[in-house]
Amino acid sequence: MIRGWTARLLGSATGLVYFFLYAPVLLLVVFSFSADRNVGRWGGFTLDWYREFGANAEVQDALRISLQVAVVSTLIATVLGTMAALALERFRFRGKKVFDALLYLPIIIPDVTMAVMMLLFFTWSLDLVDTVTGFTLRKGVGTVVVSHIAFNISFVSVVVRARLDGMDQTLEQAAADLYATRWQAFRHVTLPLILPGVLGGALLALTLSLDDVVVTQFASGPGSTTLPVFVFSLIRKGVTPLINAVSVVMLVISVLLVVLSLIAQRASSSDEPATE
Amino acid sequence: MTDTVHPLTAHERAHESAESRRGFLLALPAYLYLLVFFALPLAIVFVYSFATRNRTGGTDLSGWNLDSYGRLGDEIVTRVVMRSFGLAMVTTIVCLLLAYPFAYFVSTRRPAVRGLLLVGVMIPFWTNFLVRNYAWRVLLSNDGPVSELTQLLGLGETRILFTQTAVVLGLVYSFLPFMILPLYASLERIDGRLVEASRDLYASSWASFRRVILPLSRPGAIAGSILVFVPSFGAYVTPAILGGDKKPLLGSYIVSQFLTARNWPFGASLSAVLIVVMLSATLVYFRAGGRNL
Repeated sequence: MIRGWTARLLGSATGLVYFFLYAPVLLLVVFSFSADRNVGRWGGFTLDWYREFGANAEVQDALRISLQVAVVSTLIATVLGTMAALALERFRFRGKKVFDALLYLPIIIPDVTMAVMMLLFFTWSLDLVDTVTGFTLRKGVGTVVVSHIAFNISFVSVVVRARLDGMDQTLEQAAADLYATRWQAFRHVTLPLILPGVLGGALLALTLSLDDVVVTQFASGPGSTTLPVFVFSLIRKGVTPLINAVSVVMLVISVLLVVLSLIAQRASSSDEPATE
Repeated sequence: MTDTVHPLTAHERAHESAESRRGFLLALPAYLYLLVFFALPLAIVFVYSFATRNRTGGTDLSGWNLDSYGRLGDEIVTRVVMRSFGLAMVTTIVCLLLAYPFAYFVSTRRPAVRGLLLVGVMIPFWTNFLVRNYAWRVLLSNDGPVSELTQLLGLGETRILFTQTAVVLGLVYSFLPFMILPLYASLERIDGRLVEASRDLYASSWASFRRVILPLSRPGAIAGSILVFVPSFGAYVTPAILGGDKKPLLGSYIVSQFLTARNWPFGASLSAVLIVVMLSATLVYFRAGGRNL
């Protein structure tokens, strides 16, 4: 343990990092209630910008699409990602190494490249569908959902794998010794044990889906603008107090998701047998 | 892997292959999904990078050539790449300087306090990325709070919005947790007895830090640096919000090839290069033991 002036110096550096991390976001919340038209100046308290948020049809549409995309992509990615995690942590099979590597790629690839991949893929494949079947498909909510699932599977599986990895396997073995079928053992032993991990993965997937700008922008078509994409295009045109209010709403949603995932994590650490 | 040394009985072998089939079937849906909606798109990027742009701004996929790669040597491209590289390096170094004392301090606290301090880092990390960058746009705006503060201190107005300084600030703000977490992980697992031993051998606290702690935390520093450098190098959202249009960075340059310049093969070849850089960095990361962090 370090003491004396070194500790004090390091302590103040730590405080500074916290200030750096939190002050900007907290100030943004404050300014969202400011009556001044200038986004960064205090001009007395008002709720006008939030009223504008409630009345703006475009913003409401974008919010609705965002939630739809997030929920659907999270549900599918959570099922697929959990299955992938179980396969990798509990089974040996042919092609496992390739699958493992493929599963890591969406996490490490820069979002601009992922966006380019989706744009080229949908252009090419929708064209192909058109020439082969005669159906004309267009990019829209569906393609956005498909692209979000593509990156969310990986994140879900990483979180669930971490949970499976740290888990005591004796309970699963005991269930097998007691003549439980594989399904029964999974349903009554494994699933309840990994549930916090699955929940954590799902919350991460929701967060990432609600966060994404670039991939969505490249995978979407008319009528499938999500809230982050809409806000991003607004910011590029010029900042307005309305953006402050919309940002704070997005902030509140993401903080709610963090709190939920912390609760899920707490649940997962408290029901673990004390090994530390 | 506990591969049995003695030969398996027929029954065991049958059991093993049934298990293998089960595992494969369990992985299959995600496997197929990623093959179709990730690996195939990745391959298509490479295919497009060898294609030709036609007069209407479309792309001819027949007649592969290396023209787009030839353009990578153009002065404008090297300037964009070097600029992005420089900014990503500065961002990484600033993150390292901010994160090291922080991670070191946290690792010397009691376990309960440690957990709390780390959660404090994770919360902003989970908070909406776009909003975090937008917050700086507000802070740095004309007559905004930062400018007012510097005026109050007699330093004059702050006019750094739409400059590279603002971009670095935004990138550091976005990716600092990526540096803190692996650094903390490597500092936390240092055996305290090694530090004690160095002190017993009359090393000063500075010497024991430099000769014991610093080398042992290197894997964390390397892992953190890669985790910060890679997304900074290809960043698009942060420069778009906080940077100016005059000096494009790699991310926005790639995007502009698709949205405005409509030169898809060239954009694809730039993306291909970015993918290769990212993959090499990742290999280094795993070599440095990043997976265990």
